[in-house]
Amino acid sequence: MIEIKGLTKLFGKKPVVEDVTVTIEPGTITSFIGPNGAGKSTLLSMVSRLLEADTGEVLLDQNNVRKWKSSEFAKRVSILKQANYLNVRLTVRELVAFGRYPYSRGRLTAEDEKFVDQAIEYMNLADMEDKYLDELSGGQKQRAFIAMVIAQDTDYILLDEPLNNLDMKHSVQIMKILRKLVDELGKTVVIVLHDINFASVYSDRIVALKNGRLMKNGTTHEIINSDVLREIYDMDIPIQEQNGCRICVYFNSHT
Amino acid sequence: MRNSTKLILLTAIAIVCILLYGFYDIKGGFDYAFPKRMLRVTAMIITGIAIAYSTVVFQTITHNRILTPSVMGLDSMYQVVQTLIYFFAGAMSVWVLNKYLNFGAAILAMVVFALILYRFLFRADKHPIYFLLLIGMIIGTLLGSFVTFLQVLIDPVEYLSLQSRLFATFTNVKAELLFISIGILFLAFLYGYLIMDKLDVMSLGRENAINLGINYDGMVMRILILSSVLIATSTALVGPITFLGLIVANLSYQYLVTYKHSIHILGASLISIIALVGGNFLVEHIFELRTTLSVIINFIGGIYFIYLLLKESRAAG
Repeated sequence: MIEIKGLTKLFGKKPVVEDVTVTIEPGTITSFIGPNGAGKSTLLSMVSRLLEADTGEVLLDQNNVRKWKSSEFAKRVSILKQANYLNVRLTVRELVAFGRYPYSRGRLTAEDEKFVDQAIEYMNLADMEDKYLDELSGGQKQRAFIAMVIAQDTDYILLDEPLNNLDMKHSVQIMKILRKLVDELGKTVVIVLHDINFASVYSDRIVALKNGRLMKNGTTHEIINSDVLREIYDMDIPIQEQNGCRICVYFNSHT
Repeated sequence: MRNSTKLILLTAIAIVCILLYGFYDIKGGFDYAFPKRMLRVTAMIITGIAIAYSTVVFQTITHNRILTPSVMGLDSMYQVVQTLIYFFAGAMSVWVLNKYLNFGAAILAMVVFALILYRFLFRADKHPIYFLLLIGMIIGTLLGSFVTFLQVLIDPVEYLSLQSRLFATFTNVKAELLFISIGILFLAFLYGYLIMDKLDVMSLGRENAINLGINYDGMVMRILILSSVLIATSTALVGPITFLGLIVANLSYQYLVTYKHSIHILGASLISIIALVGGNFLVEHIFELRTTLSVIINFIGGIYFIYLLLKESRAAG
């Protein structure tokens, strides 16, 4: 279980995340939503120890993430940030194989190869696994990076805006895959999303942030309603039900 | 061609260069000339590997292909140390005459300088590469002017003696220092071998490396120390060869298609040996010592450096 306790991060003197306490429920997709500058990515970075918190702590199985051995932590929690520019030239397969590093230290076993194959299969990359990343489109590249964290085979997968650069088809595809990871393999996914409709349709729980503070934390059902969303986004967002899914219609010109 | 074939080819060329240098046109006493030549070749091999190795790992952790420890001002620092010694202690002082003392002082000063510089430049907040390049240039110019200022004041006879130290030369390498250098290099390599797989992961960038379980910030500092010890040792042994690291590392990136550091370090080391041994052969037997190798390398390297800068700025723009 991941517990975030009273987490605060200052950039200079300005708090970007302020006293946030959340528990990530295992076996769910939890979406972090909120306006730009709400501190979603910063929060995710602190959970995955990319950033050090100024106060507060993050616990993984009751142990502070700072106290975990880095190599062991990498077998439990993976993180993918939004900007993925590489200085080295890698093929898709080489990149995905790096996901096995915490287990094999660069010397892949037959079992590692199996995980790599599976991850590539999962992300529909089989026909381009020997292509170099710089030959791919933004969306294909993004899928390759996600395949890497899938190959890492961690209980917790943290994704920072993975749908950036992706068209609708691939966005839906990725969300469905994440759903499958949770429902079939029992993984826990934490994801920063901009489009609240993806959060509404695919996630179990939603954590809403605004100006660095925790606004709401609850099931998708509790968060996706016009009153709560008005508080978060300062705009009126009518909601329509479609086949049991709540769709937020925020393209409203007369508000 | 596969990478392994290319490496075998490079090894073959390197061996040919070494044999040529060792046996070509040996006149008079073979017993006299051959050991001397072998001493020089050993110095070239050691220096070549140290420069190639330190440049490749340095460029990995700084995520660039233009900056090298030498370009960042380490070579200028070497000149400062030697000039200061001559200025304050004089050519006949123990700091010059005791080769161990001189060698140790030069290494120590360069490593300390490098670590202070890196602490400021490569902290978590990232500076754009052109900023770093500019800083390196300014520091180089500043130290260079400082050196010139001191040199003007030095006694002309002492200045001549100093000057011979400021150019890379393999002709009067001290055997004792060579053995110490081999020792230092051996330890550095042993450590380098242990972290080889981590280097590959670190080339994916800080965030991906941390995700994969690397203690990134700690590793960066350790590798910077490793890299500056290597470059400082080679500079203290034979003098500064500023652009060699830049040339051999980039040639290896272009020639060998892989992300693996084990291969690039090996490739860059072989190219480096070829450049030094083959270059010295040309200088001694073709140009008949009318020029020096460091002049040639800095000339070619300087042109290559400008080419890389232009290429990089086109890629960025």
